Amino acid sequence: MAVLSYREALNAALREEMARDESVFVIGEEVGEYDGAYKVTKGLLDEYGEWRVRDAPIAELGFAGLGVGAAMVGLRPVVEFMTWNFALLAIDEVVNAAAKLYQMSGGQYNVPIVFRGPGGAALQLAAQHSQSFESWYGNVPGLKVVAPATAHDAKGLLKSSIRDNDPVVFIESELMYNTVKDEVPDGEYLIPIGSAEVKRAGTDVTVVAHSKMVHQSLAAATKLADEGIDVEVVDLRTIRPLDVPTVVESVRKTNRAVVVEEGWPAFGVGAQIVDDIQREAFDWLDAPIARVSGLDVPMPYAKNLEKLVFPNAGHVAAAIRHVCTSGRA
Amino acid sequence: MTGESAESIASGAGAGDAGDPELQAAGDSGVEAAGDSGLQAADGTELAAPPTNGRPDSRADAFLGLTREECREHLRLMILARRFEEKAAEAYQMGKIGGFCHLYIGQEAVAAGTIPPLRADDYVITAYRDHAQALVRGISPGSVMAELFGRVDGCSKGLGGSMHMFDRSLNFLGGHGIVGSHLPLAIGVGYAIRYRDGDQVCLCCFGDSVVNIGAFHESLNMAARWKLPVVFVLENNSYGMGTDIHRVTAVEELKDRGGAYDGLVSLDVDGMDVLAVRQAMEDAIARARSDKTPSFIEARCYRYMGHSMADPSHGTYRTREEVERWRSDDAILQFRRKLIDAGRLSEEEYETLDREAIAEAEAAVEFADRSPVPDPDAAYRYVYSDEYRHDIRRRDAWRGEFG
Repeated sequence: MAVLSYREALNAALREEMARDESVFVIGEEVGEYDGAYKVTKGLLDEYGEWRVRDAPIAELGFAGLGVGAAMVGLRPVVEFMTWNFALLAIDEVVNAAAKLYQMSGGQYNVPIVFRGPGGAALQLAAQHSQSFESWYGNVPGLKVVAPATAHDAKGLLKSSIRDNDPVVFIESELMYNTVKDEVPDGEYLIPIGSAEVKRAGTDVTVVAHSKMVHQSLAAATKLADEGIDVEVVDLRTIRPLDVPTVVESVRKTNRAVVVEEGWPAFGVGAQIVDDIQREAFDWLDAPIARVSGLDVPMPYAKNLEKLVFPNAGHVAAAIRHVCTSGRA
Repeated sequence: MTGESAESIASGAGAGDAGDPELQAAGDSGVEAAGDSGLQAADGTELAAPPTNGRPDSRADAFLGLTREECREHLRLMILARRFEEKAAEAYQMGKIGGFCHLYIGQEAVAAGTIPPLRADDYVITAYRDHAQALVRGISPGSVMAELFGRVDGCSKGLGGSMHMFDRSLNFLGGHGIVGSHLPLAIGVGYAIRYRDGDQVCLCCFGDSVVNIGAFHESLNMAARWKLPVVFVLENNSYGMGTDIHRVTAVEELKDRGGAYDGLVSLDVDGMDVLAVRQAMEDAIARARSDKTPSFIEARCYRYMGHSMADPSHGTYRTREEVERWRSDDAILQFRRKLIDAGRLSEEEYETLDREAIAEAEAAVEFADRSPVPDPDAAYRYVYSDEYRHDIRRRDAWRGEFG
């Protein structure tokens, strides 16, 4: 076991998969000579050369589509978006091409491609660089959506995503690249897409979260342990397909739930989770489910306002307290 | 009798002016010699003579070194595409085909000139006006018609429809419905060819309105910079739906749009002349195979019908006279006349080809009529290629409780 940063874990996953399978290549802005805008692809150009680590022009639509075309004829492209905000320029190729081709062709052309890059807010990047799009892509049949919270999960899930035969949207985080560090097994392991994990076991309330919000939820759980509230934290890890059974099993045990996400509240990931819980665990609930999310505004630049908009451990703790003190005793 | 048959070919489906003698007269006199289509680079310089692909020097021969049988095959493909789509239009009007149905009638020389010179291991990708490309590449008329009908024997099993014909066994990478969106896919295919050190070529066809969309420039730029073996064929039929391309485009010659990219050969060609198209395509294929040079070919052609079956054939954006003028230069009649004049085709042979094409189109309709509709589970079968498809089936199961 070695302790790796989230960034190093992703880099290791790419390196291992490129060594294992010659059809895997990386394309994106600054992925080669610059070693990646966030250094996720560090060293890969030297190791694999320009056809496998391709510096693209700033043309997201074009190089995302290039990846889709290459995947149709059997390559396994990993398309890096410098951030998912820029991927809005390429969303036609993700949603209209990658997600549709297998079905439109009657099962003839599957598209084994990974679109990856950081999502969500970082530090005062303002409205156009601070957005979470999990619910957008999670809405689309034909896509899989992965958003890991730990280095361990990032590596195992990126390797699974590269080997997957369908398009995967893989959402990372600028804030986690360097600050999240955890133990990663030496050598080969895979984490299946579509499996959530209980990151902390508890009996009083279930918190469902993904990506950065797992860490905020774990911090809230630690804090509430001192107050005598025993919190279970379920890390979704994959947004689509959702691991509903793991969430439902937890809620049937704790009878209360708080659903947390960084993105906007309307039509969000949390809205889907709440629906799944009410359909499959309604009779087990002792209180209405609470949601915690970013505020329903474009991210402001001013530091105090960003702090106000971004959901943190304090917001999660407040929601947990509310859920645990309302409803049936 | 040959006159009647030729008129109905030129008039296209349901146009109702098949008997116009002036049209026919103009059609007979409007034939031009092959090779006058101006194979020039965007800067106006003549292109160097291309390799001859093992044939006798094709430029010394008005028929590009093609045998009599090969010439007739080109004509056959054009007639088949025309007669097939006339049948499709009838079926659409009978309600057997739904959704959008974009007919290619008038533009057949482009498909018949660009696809036959390709090898079986080359690739073809095109836009939503894709019936003729599918037929010329070799998808059976029955399979294309069944796809239009939404039946399981369609080339996309009834899940794609008019705009999404696919056949992996023929490297036919589809009909794509978003204007310009498949050009990036084409350069991805070109990238994969170079990645594997292959010598295949990817043909990418699209309409004139694509020159104004970002994907066009992003794709040509990358194809030129990385030398990706893609032949971009712009089918300039003058209109993006109902908008004259020149009303919305700040360049007079569309081929000049390709001239902005070093390392990409850009030219135009008479898209109503199948041999001129073929010659330009042969040259482009040779460049792509030998040193991976991509090409951009503007083929000037015309669609006789509306943008889709929802539109009248000429509409408010063009005159009846304009449509008739182009019909008088009809690609099929032009080529037929050229072959007859050269003694490469008899009137009787032409009649036979036409009769057989009509019979094939009718058989395609019968085949499609007999083909079953997809079973309900097919809605789920092709969303994902792995076991997750069962999971979404489960997630949707609740709807059945109320149904």
